[in-house]
Amino acid sequence: MSDYSEKIVEIERVAKGIRRRVLEHSIANNGGYMSQACSSAELLSSLYAGILNFAPVAKPIAPPPFFGVPEIGVHTYVTGQQFHGEPGPNFDRLISSPAHYALVIYSALIETARLREDGLDHFNKDGSTVELIGAEHSPGFETTTGSLAQALSQAGGIALGRKLKGEQGRTWVFMSDGEFQEGQTYEALQACVFHCLDKLRVIVDVNMGQCDGPMETVMGIEPLQDRIKAFGWEVSVVDGHDIKAILAASEKITDVPHMILCYTDPVRGLPLLAERAPVLHYLRFTSPDERAKYEAAYKELIK
Amino acid sequence: MSYEIVVRPHQQNFIDWSLDKPKVLVLSADLTNSCEVAKWRDTYPDRFFSMGMAEQNMLGFAAGLAREGFEPWLHTFSVFLYRRPLDQLQMSVAYPSLKVRLVGFLPGIMTPGGVTHQAIEDIAIMRAIPNMTILEVGDATEAQSVLDVAHSIDGPVYIRQLRGEVSRIFPADEPFIFNKARILSIGTDITLITSGVMTEEALRVVPLLQEHGVTISHLHISTLKPFTDPAIIAALSTAKHGVITMENHTIVGGLGSAVAEIMAERGMGVPLQRIGLKDTYAHGASQKFLMSEYEMDAAALVRAVETALGRKLNILETEIHAQRAVDVHSSAKAEAL
Repeated sequence: MSDYSEKIVEIERVAKGIRRRVLEHSIANNGGYMSQACSSAELLSSLYAGILNFAPVAKPIAPPPFFGVPEIGVHTYVTGQQFHGEPGPNFDRLISSPAHYALVIYSALIETARLREDGLDHFNKDGSTVELIGAEHSPGFETTTGSLAQALSQAGGIALGRKLKGEQGRTWVFMSDGEFQEGQTYEALQACVFHCLDKLRVIVDVNMGQCDGPMETVMGIEPLQDRIKAFGWEVSVVDGHDIKAILAASEKITDVPHMILCYTDPVRGLPLLAERAPVLHYLRFTSPDERAKYEAAYKELIK
Repeated sequence: MSYEIVVRPHQQNFIDWSLDKPKVLVLSADLTNSCEVAKWRDTYPDRFFSMGMAEQNMLGFAAGLAREGFEPWLHTFSVFLYRRPLDQLQMSVAYPSLKVRLVGFLPGIMTPGGVTHQAIEDIAIMRAIPNMTILEVGDATEAQSVLDVAHSIDGPVYIRQLRGEVSRIFPADEPFIFNKARILSIGTDITLITSGVMTEEALRVVPLLQEHGVTISHLHISTLKPFTDPAIIAALSTAKHGVITMENHTIVGGLGSAVAEIMAERGMGVPLQRIGLKDTYAHGASQKFLMSEYEMDAAALVRAVETALGRKLNILETEIHAQRAVDVHSSAKAEAL
């Protein structure tokens, strides 16, 4: 295993910044997708600060105001892909599937100097592209994936197109575990193997929670690894907070698509959140007392 | 009146057309032969992608390929392009306005495959989708020349395509022109607007109606969205006794509704009669049987004209030009569907 020590220091910094920014934002706005930040902070920071081969951006980009929806024959449309740098045959791409992680993704972009520091000031504000559920005009999104489980098929098409063009860069998909309840995911799994998309990579935040609560009470998906392997994928299972393990898995070269299942803890870094278990999907304070507790936790976090 | 019958109009034409268009790909969902692209697959194996019976995923793959600069042409039965994968069609393809070509076969009641195979509300649904262009072919000439039209649209296109044994009604050198109605006759008593195979059906009796002294402006529509051809507005504004639409589709949301919208918006005060499926599902039977059962045939048109005029024309069923019998078991199709 390579020595990742230098990379890991940076990734840990980004992960900490993600949690801090999302908590700060949730306190200020009486709500936010906090557990998603806690579960995916190491996963997304590993992607943005360690794994993805993106072209650099000259300086952090200011989020544009909403500039209209895509229309027939309009070619001025710019997707949130611009925050990932100029695409090229050897660069990686990242398609984020659970658009509900938008706040977390925006935070990762700020921490990696791709989105301007004040980007979150525009979050969920009228006329902004920094939307609550990211669409393809939102920073870090190049497709529209708020209707869950569509990204893997879209990315499969992108990976197939890149393969036809002989491009060497990888196409990454960030997914959430709830999407393994949707039938389309399994259609996509079989198609990606059938069409030999060896440069397709999927990384999943398996935080075992969804809108209604713990997944095992909503619709079980285990044994997830066995299911995906049965479709012909290469699968790695890692502790989603173990940066070294995520980095090692990301380097695997395979002749079939590869999926990294990151098992995560939805309250990691913010144990206070466990008091709200089992429903962790969205943090909205129920009393001034609760809010005060989170403010105290925030002070602890920024020490 | 009899027309040249073109067998499998799409099959070789699409192969020839694709020769110098390397970005054109075909995605198919296990109906390759039924959609006349098996030979295309064998001619261009590197550009053909079998997606299996998994349409939701196929729409997503098409979106990704289009984003990478390719032009995927999806071939399957119409119902499987918009019913099961409607969310994928909207969010993966239509919202980003990608150049994906949805070639849908078996429009309306043209199949004994029954309710599961009959796309009777596809136009209504597609019309409600922003960025979508809707084309419907009415004969072999259009089935062949629709390719250039779809290819030129910088956004998603849905084609109601014909296959098997198809009449050539319009001369081969008069191709499908985008957003331009074909004016088949001019008159001021009735304005008749037809689309798809209903044009051929209407033409069984329009000359007879004219012989009975009824003057008819007859327009054939092949672009259903956009629906902004000034010729349509002009023809509607001259109708003295009424407007009649004929569509191989439910009367809700399709051609009849599009015409109604124009008439209402412009305050055109003549009655409109819409011939089509009257807000009902159909069942598995031959096209001829279903057109008669659901009052979508030439005889139904005669009755509609009589209603508009307020008098009987005394046209006998036997006088109406015989309907072309389409053999359900024709060897021009891969299966009896």
